[in-house]
Amino acid sequence: MNKLFKDFMGWVDVRFPLTETFEYHMSKYYAPKNFNFWYFFGVLSMVVLVNQLVTGIWLTMSYNPSSEGAFDSVMYIMNDVEYGWLLRYMHSTGASAFFIVVYLHMFRGLIYGSYRKPRELVWLIGMGIYLCLMAEGFFGYLLPWGNMSYWGAQVILNLVSAIPWVGDFLVTWVRGDYNISGITLNRFFALHVVAIPLVLVALVFMHIVALHQVGSNNPDGVEIKKKKGPDGIPLDGVPFHPYYTVHDLVGIVVFLAVFCIIMFFFPDGGGYFLEQPNFEPANGLKTPPDITPVWYYTPFYAMLRAVPNKLGGVVVMGASIAIMFVLPWLDRSPVKSIRYKGWMSKVWIGIFVVSFVILGYLGTVPPNDTRTLVARVLTTLYFLFFIGMPVYTAIERTKPVPDRVTGGSH
Amino acid sequence: MKKFLLFALMTLVPLFAHAHEVTCGGDEANPTPCTIAPINPQDIVSLQNGAKLYLSYCAGCHSMKYLRYERMSTDLKIDPALVKQYMMFTTDKIGNPIDAKVPKEDQAKWFGNAPPDLTLEARLRSPDWIYTYLQAFYPDDKRPWGVNNHVFKDVGMPYVLAPLEAELGPDDFKESVGDIVNFMNYASEPNRLERQHIGVYVLLFLALLMIPVYLLNKEYWKDVS
Repeated sequence: MNKLFKDFMGWVDVRFPLTETFEYHMSKYYAPKNFNFWYFFGVLSMVVLVNQLVTGIWLTMSYNPSSEGAFDSVMYIMNDVEYGWLLRYMHSTGASAFFIVVYLHMFRGLIYGSYRKPRELVWLIGMGIYLCLMAEGFFGYLLPWGNMSYWGAQVILNLVSAIPWVGDFLVTWVRGDYNISGITLNRFFALHVVAIPLVLVALVFMHIVALHQVGSNNPDGVEIKKKKGPDGIPLDGVPFHPYYTVHDLVGIVVFLAVFCIIMFFFPDGGGYFLEQPNFEPANGLKTPPDITPVWYYTPFYAMLRAVPNKLGGVVVMGASIAIMFVLPWLDRSPVKSIRYKGWMSKVWIGIFVVSFVILGYLGTVPPNDTRTLVARVLTTLYFLFFIGMPVYTAIERTKPVPDRVTGGSH
Repeated sequence: MKKFLLFALMTLVPLFAHAHEVTCGGDEANPTPCTIAPINPQDIVSLQNGAKLYLSYCAGCHSMKYLRYERMSTDLKIDPALVKQYMMFTTDKIGNPIDAKVPKEDQAKWFGNAPPDLTLEARLRSPDWIYTYLQAFYPDDKRPWGVNNHVFKDVGMPYVLAPLEAELGPDDFKESVGDIVNFMNYASEPNRLERQHIGVYVLLFLALLMIPVYLLNKEYWKDVS
């Protein structure tokens, strides 16, 4: 049997680099042995991506992308298709779960300096994935054709009209109509199920290729490739397979448990994952009392509303995302990880997280004077975290970085 | 273990920020507080009574088009013969959805707006909202039907349940309204009980799966220092 398998693999390997690829990316890819809790969220993003792709394919089999049939077909999936409710809840809960794990994954990169040289491209490709994800979420949110789908898309698309001269023309061109209509729904469907997923999967592939080219960072921000044994293997590295495959399995099972608790017992996510106004069909004559985007966009939405001028708001919102792209070139610290950075970096990361979370909350509630004021202060702090980074990372006193990683038994 | 607890907590963070709606209509100066509806998806007698009342009092005007008679008959254990005889007026096929008995076009002419489909009402508003609304009618001579509503100001709907209230008296009426809301809550998600039932087994499976996965991880990592 063993010989038969070997012969078969030999036959394949002459024609396709199967063993070589497996070794390069799994069994001979040496990852630092001191990964901690934060390092689960990369693989969890992959788990959720697969969940979205698979459930999405099955949902497409029963979904009808027309303004007359979309809402009814979603209800058909919910009530008539065998386990259709399960597919739909897996997809809707998965959408929110995707952003939760990706935000935590990005936060990990932020605190341990995983964007620093030589991992700038890993970060940039990752930002590309994040942009795709936001687009994917936006296009997908229109598809159930609920009233919040309709008005949410209406409000967000209208932002484009703030662009001087060509704004109105552009909005009409993107919508394909003078209002959100079945035409808009059809093109959003095409983008959601074909165009964006293709780009997304390609970018995820590139993200991993780029990562495995430079090797993974770790909580100490120490390059494990600098200390190799006589066999050329990093002293602080362990083969990804089997060490991290079995380790990630633990994280995946725990994640699935949390995911299933929400999906089976609280699929509405307290009105955040499935919003109440979306339980009635899109109606162009009936505006919901408060139009708010889904929770994962609300920090940016709060920044948009914090600016009194519409065009200014759009620019600030765009800049708040764009500035994350240049992060690798803003950090001037001699050390990578928060463990060895000075107090200023720690305080600023704290301010950044608090701002982002509170802005996220403010984006879900109707504005008033106090809230707008708070949003303005927090928007300023959000930007100061990035703009001030070249200064505070350069002047603060850092702690000495050890030669080898610390900790590492799991 | 600590990290797993933290992990579980982090994943739930966005849920905590939600502010629940505690008022059921009225205006800002004078809000109507919600009355908590007595929802019990397991109470089959209440659901059957709710279905009977819904189809007698509500379904004349309000369709429930995402729920089929047959599905209701199976889930609520109502004999299909009874459903056919007493509940189906718009169709002779038990596999058909619950439609309003009066055509939507006529209703739009009579009431100004066609009454909405109510399959999802319990998820669109909330069971508490419906429960409060159905008990918030009061006489108002300025309105075409002589009634107005504290929860839904100037509502187009007449006080359809008035005869039921007169027949049953206040206590039994309250209970019957509760049954109607319980039924509407069922209709808004007929798979709710099945979902929770399966959920328990999935979680038990994951708990079992955790044992070999945890031990496997421990076994491999024991020689990494």
